[in-house]
Amino acid sequence: MDGKKKNNRAWFLVLPVVFVVAFTAIIPLMAVANYSLQDIQGASNRLFVGLDFFKRVATDPNIQDAFTRNLTLSAQILLIQIPLGIFLARLMPRSGWKASAALVVVAIPLIIPWNVVGTTWRIFTRSDIGLGGVLVNQFFDYNLSEDTTDAWGTILVMDTWHWTPLVTLLVYAGLRSIPQAYYQAAAIDGASRMAVFRFVELPKLRRVLMIAILLRFMDSFMMYTEPFVVTGGGPGSSTQTLSILLTTIAIGQFDLGVAGAFSLMYFLFIQIFSFIFFTVLTLDERPGATKVTPKEKKAAKLEQQAEKASSKLKKVQK
Amino acid sequence: MAEIRLEGVAHSYDGGKTYALNPITMTWKDGKAYALLGPSGCGKTTLLNIISGLLKPSEGKVFIDGKDVTDVVTDDRNIAQVFQFPVLYDTMTVRKNLEFPLKNRKVPRAKVAERVNEIAALLGIEKDLDRKPSKLRSDLQQIVSLGRGLVREDVSAILFDEPLTVIDQNFKWTLRNRLKRLHLATGVTVVYVTHDQTEALTFADEVLVMDQGSLVQAGTSESLFLEPQHEFVGYFIGSPGMNFLDVEASSSVLTHNGKPIGKAAKAGLNGSHRFGVRPEFLVPSKSGLEFKIDRIEDRGVFKLVHLSKDDFKFIAKTEESYDAKVGAKANFSFDAKRAFVYDMNKKAVSTVSPSSAGGN
Amino acid sequence: MTTMIPTSAAGKKTSRFQIDLRSWLFWLIMAVWSLPLIWLISMSFRDNADILSKFEVIPTEISLNGYTQFFQDSSWIGSYMNSITYTLMNTVLSLIVALPAAYAFSRFTFSGDKHLFFWLLTNRMAPAAVFLLPFFQLYQAVDLFDTPLGVALAHMLFNVPLAVWILEGFMSGVPKQLDEIAEIDGYKFGRFFLTIFIPMIRSGIGVTAFFLFMFSWVELLIARTITATAAKPIAAQMTRTISASGIDWSLLSAAGVMTIIPGVIVIWFVRNYIAKGFALGRV
Repeated sequence: MDGKKKNNRAWFLVLPVVFVVAFTAIIPLMAVANYSLQDIQGASNRLFVGLDFFKRVATDPNIQDAFTRNLTLSAQILLIQIPLGIFLARLMPRSGWKASAALVVVAIPLIIPWNVVGTTWRIFTRSDIGLGGVLVNQFFDYNLSEDTTDAWGTILVMDTWHWTPLVTLLVYAGLRSIPQAYYQAAAIDGASRMAVFRFVELPKLRRVLMIAILLRFMDSFMMYTEPFVVTGGGPGSSTQTLSILLTTIAIGQFDLGVAGAFSLMYFLFIQIFSFIFFTVLTLDERPGATKVTPKEKKAAKLEQQAEKASSKLKKVQK
Repeated sequence: MAEIRLEGVAHSYDGGKTYALNPITMTWKDGKAYALLGPSGCGKTTLLNIISGLLKPSEGKVFIDGKDVTDVVTDDRNIAQVFQFPVLYDTMTVRKNLEFPLKNRKVPRAKVAERVNEIAALLGIEKDLDRKPSKLRSDLQQIVSLGRGLVREDVSAILFDEPLTVIDQNFKWTLRNRLKRLHLATGVTVVYVTHDQTEALTFADEVLVMDQGSLVQAGTSESLFLEPQHEFVGYFIGSPGMNFLDVEASSSVLTHNGKPIGKAAKAGLNGSHRFGVRPEFLVPSKSGLEFKIDRIEDRGVFKLVHLSKDDFKFIAKTEESYDAKVGAKANFSFDAKRAFVYDMNKKAVSTVSPSSAGGN
Repeated sequence: MTTMIPTSAAGKKTSRFQIDLRSWLFWLIMAVWSLPLIWLISMSFRDNADILSKFEVIPTEISLNGYTQFFQDSSWIGSYMNSITYTLMNTVLSLIVALPAAYAFSRFTFSGDKHLFFWLLTNRMAPAAVFLLPFFQLYQAVDLFDTPLGVALAHMLFNVPLAVWILEGFMSGVPKQLDEIAEIDGYKFGRFFLTIFIPMIRSGIGVTAFFLFMFSWVELLIARTITATAAKPIAAQMTRTISASGIDWSLLSAAGVMTIIPGVIVIWFVRNYIAKGFALGRV
């Protein structure tokens, strides 16, 4: 891996990106920070309140509930979607037109606008006119709008339906990139399918899986549209995610101070988490290709020269 | 320790439209080292995979030790294969890597440990047994890969698929040497695939040259060098390869653009042919053909003299003592046993002796 | 590698039966997975009265009501085109901005590059909800409120980092010697970049464009927040189907189907590159 050149003029190439992202991220965030630290009653009526709003947010029971709720939701999502995604990826055809067709079919849930995902499931889960609702109702009482477990379950199933393909596609690509030789060697070694999965596939999928886990955790922690469309956060607040709550506070109630503090803490939590993950990810970017010591190189060269000399000697003697 | 026999083995990846491997029938004897040499796409890897059982040939049969193994799966064939890059189980230590093939075959634990230690000693990696393979140098990693093959006592043959490809330049040579010594120590049949003629010629007892799916010539490195039976062998082996020239034969007299080049030993040869002579056997002579010297490359132990005559160019490989001026005229001739004439199928037809008259 | 003989424990051959079983299982699962979508399509071909009166899987009385409403109402077509417009704008803009940056990350090290890269990454992870209010005010302030360009810019928040990330991966696959050779051959950087480098990473750009399109097309929250009527996205328009008299299921499902079509078309075109893009593991 040849090295990159050190060149600070590269910053010019990066400036447009920095500018755009600054515009779309930093400036808004500054505004958010602004709100979080001041009690704004009117255009000319601002009072610096320090960390007051932050304290309120940290102690607000609604927010705390939403936080634990979201964590639980994310955990369950990971536990379901990661294994399921891997399972599906291993089933997918590996080559030929079937592989292309499979890719398209698997990828479709991912390109549906999120509100349409919500809408689709809203129709689908109606106990009276929806296919899913009617089917489930045959076995047990299903009422999305009144039963909290039903609502929660529906969100889980819908999110799984929507996002497992992401895990599947990532894992599929990861599997395709494993050189045939590993499978061949395993065949020669007499390894069972389980052993191949455990010792060849899973280790090679490590990086891909970490990305999948990171993405799914983040996205599920920020979930808004799908649950909003299907249940509106209800019944009550049983499916109210952090984002739904935040949006209600910010846009609905226009409670700028609380919204501001909430936003920053929310964002901060995600940043910290990403940072940890990213560091762990890039730690083993290049698994230590052991350095060859100059001594070893010399020894090898000497050995080679010795043999060459002796063979030359043999030639002369011929 | 095994005899591998192929009967009419051929393979097509597209159902018969094109053949990656044309029908081949041959026997590989116990304990010898064979090299499959040829450029990429010549079918050598296909052939290797057929022998190892990773690929089922579309035609023909494979026999190992007299047993028809054409339909037998790889892990029942008692072969081991080393690939282009070290193939190791990263999550296991070297020891566990070596134990793996035995454990899969339900070998008793005591025997496993004994065997692993034995092989580790043979390979010289005892001290690395409890390390993770990713921490080893690439050539040692290949040794461990090989070890996984050797650890099974019933291994009949070891197949190498260009094993030096990713090895650090400084260690290619030592690894090759080690592999050769291991072959001598274990006495297994070895089939070694490569596109590097030096590897093939130094490693193998017998070299099989392949081109475009066919076996072109098999023989010792000497015979391939001195008596190339096929144009491809003349071209591929040797550095630089053989000099070729289109000639017309008329009653075995070979001419190029009317000028005599030589006389074929076989009588009654007529028609379009190709003349070939290796640079090593184009020697300065008082008689022979007259060339103009275009360029002289001093390579230390030898010199490469670039010659031109009329509309063609030859290269001669001379001693370092050869002295001549660029642009001057020089006469070169060739040994009658070392020049060949090839027919339009690229097959050698006869040797060629120089024309008696001094050519011009 | 055709006709590879797979092995299983104790050297028994995996029968063709077992392989076919896996294939059957996969397509069975896919069939079940497609049920919600099939249901949506089914609904879109019935009218409301029919939908509410009986439950059937295959519509017996086909009605194109939903679709005719969709195509005849200018606000529906309009919002649909709005969405397509800002999505395309966003894709193009993000690519233009990300290409040079990705090149910089791929070829050079410079002070603060790792931090910059990480910071870019985190923007991909920004919860939209956090930005709603500030965006609302910001885009009004710069007079980009309710314009496709505004949404295109806003979506660059998460799309540009993604584009840089994926492109950098593809660019790293192009050997640096190529750049040096071009320089020796007398190519000025601009010409080299446009005529040599970019064609080499064609598939990478294709994959990136797919993901850019995808994430912009599906995003609702921000798009809805910073638009009102003129640049209203299809997603906002769809909330109109919910009124006091109930939900216009027919129209809603027809509109839903219409929004899925562009995505399917895009996937189809890049299907051969999807695996490659995911292979970088950089989504």
